[in-house]
Amino acid sequence: MMNIEQIAIDDLVLKRKSLRRQLSAAEGLQPVRIAILGGSTTNELADLLELFLLASGFQPVFHQSEYGRYYEDAVLDPSDLIEFAPTIVYVHTSCLNVQTVPPVHCSDHEFQEHVDAEVGRYRQIWESIERNLSAQIVQNNFELPPFAVLGNLDAVSNGGASRFFLALNAEFARAAAGNPRLLLQDVHGISARIGLNRWFDWDRYFGYKILMTTEGNCALARSLASMVRAIYGKSRKVLVLDLDNTLWGGVIGDDGVDKIQIGRETPVAEAYTAFQEYCLSLYKRGILLAVCSKNNEEIAKQGFEHPDSVLKLEHISCFKANWEPKHENILAIARELNLGADSFVFVDDNPAERAIVEAQIPGIAVPNVGNEVTRYATIIEEGRYFEPVSMSAEDLSRTALYKSNTERTNLEAKFANYGEYLDSLEMSAEIGRFKSLYLERIAQLTNKSNQFNLTTRRYTLAELESIMQDNRYIGLYGKLSDRFGDNGLISIVLGRRENDVLHLDLWLMSCRVLKRDVELAMLDVLVENAKAANIGTLRGYYLPTKKNGMVADHYDKLGFQSETAGPDNNASVWSLDISTYTPRTQHIRILEPVHG
Amino acid sequence: MDSILEELQSIFRNILDQPDLILTRQSNGSNVDDWDSLAHINLVTSIEKHYKIKFALGELQDLKDVGDMIDLIRVKLAAK
Repeated sequence: MMNIEQIAIDDLVLKRKSLRRQLSAAEGLQPVRIAILGGSTTNELADLLELFLLASGFQPVFHQSEYGRYYEDAVLDPSDLIEFAPTIVYVHTSCLNVQTVPPVHCSDHEFQEHVDAEVGRYRQIWESIERNLSAQIVQNNFELPPFAVLGNLDAVSNGGASRFFLALNAEFARAAAGNPRLLLQDVHGISARIGLNRWFDWDRYFGYKILMTTEGNCALARSLASMVRAIYGKSRKVLVLDLDNTLWGGVIGDDGVDKIQIGRETPVAEAYTAFQEYCLSLYKRGILLAVCSKNNEEIAKQGFEHPDSVLKLEHISCFKANWEPKHENILAIARELNLGADSFVFVDDNPAERAIVEAQIPGIAVPNVGNEVTRYATIIEEGRYFEPVSMSAEDLSRTALYKSNTERTNLEAKFANYGEYLDSLEMSAEIGRFKSLYLERIAQLTNKSNQFNLTTRRYTLAELESIMQDNRYIGLYGKLSDRFGDNGLISIVLGRRENDVLHLDLWLMSCRVLKRDVELAMLDVLVENAKAANIGTLRGYYLPTKKNGMVADHYDKLGFQSETAGPDNNASVWSLDISTYTPRTQHIRILEPVHG
Repeated sequence: MDSILEELQSIFRNILDQPDLILTRQSNGSNVDDWDSLAHINLVTSIEKHYKIKFALGELQDLKDVGDMIDLIRVKLAAK
């Protein structure tokens, strides 16, 4: 398996075509249509983006605007764009595309007029795309200008170009924060990390109108690929950490807890403390932390009781310290957390452990962090593994949620009768028709649920928006709470009406609420909605994949009748006459959705 | 075979994804398949990286074939 992260940038350009051929051979790539509206020549960017997306499991198709026609193609003549029907439109402009920069002698009022005029032009672009297409928009903000003719004053004076671009960036951020259809790519940050002198490529700009160096385009492409992964709910969720010489200096089993390097006493200890702080900041924004270490468990846990340890045991969602091979422990962690190991990032100072984990676990990310603690965080950051498209309350409370799952498992053991256990959970479900407030979460679930998913159909936010407007569809979401807390939005059913039959295009559920009878509750509310719309029959489909074997008998268990096999031999078709249906939910209280 | 020609042949084979391509001093855009303007940019970028040289603006416009390119690379390498 090729790891594209380890390939040098020069080789990405030199061997692009053969890399592309090898990566395209993978099975099950997910199609994605990307329109690039560029203010400069974007071919190299698209070429590199294609490689990174292929390596992430996507099959991209590109449409690029004619050179510099980003505004015209979006606003004046969007017909080509409409015909291409992109899922993502990337508006890629630079500081050179700005039409007028404020003059050197410029009042506050004039300065603001220039800002408003420029932002207004971009608003036209975004609005036209929103109006004409059901695509996600990605707009980059601006790098700082290549020259600061006023020196340091360039960032202060109304006539300073630096000040002007920073003001535009602030307006772009405001626009993106208020509009889920508009995602901002932070070119200001990306270019700064590279350095402006290595960002702009004037020879290629004057020669071919390519503004960025290959290094710059590569950084842009990596960042865009991580945004696409995030849009499709494929960002990673778990950081799996080794202990000795990864989270602290020294070997706790040999040196003892008193001798490990952590705290503020030595430079080395401070560096490990800084890395623990970085891990804690990931935890606080919703990334799960797990430990996988070759150690005696009892001794390993003492490291977290060290008074200077920033990370405490309560931050670790799953703790594996034993002498089994690490890849086996990581697979066990994946089972316990109910998450795919392909959403994991593994950090270990030992190259041999990295190599075996990478070889044995398909899809796991194993950054080459080396063995110097001062570099770990930077290298993990470069991988852009944990990119979010927005911070939902869901993300922030996820860590708490997985913890209460563990408590539930403990409780389960004490009941002889399963129904009694379910009753003890005091579950209540809010089940209702799709609403805007939840569409982002719904899109996210359709893109990341693989196991309890009958058809594995993926939907973008924009597609769901149009479905919500279409009265042929009955879309239901389900949220589940219990005595341990709120599980959030965990199930989706989407039916499409044809005459008096409702075709169930989608039925999925998060695996964290398996075996809780949520499917019965969803069916009850679905039937209620279907009857109200004079529908007589529900028709369900099971499209088998490598991952959804657990729902092969889903419709059978719900009492649907098997029909003749569908056009695809593997698929099965089921139907349920709902004229005599009576509600079945026993252990969940179904609540009316709160309006609003 | 000229060592620069040999190295260029390897770069051309990679960029154009033609593992059997035979490059000669007479090769040019009209007798090598797929050597279009986009491939040309990638060729130039890769040649510059390989030899750690930089072609000046306009320097490439006068080249009519691979032979001219080899001569220019040789001049650049000698000046390093």
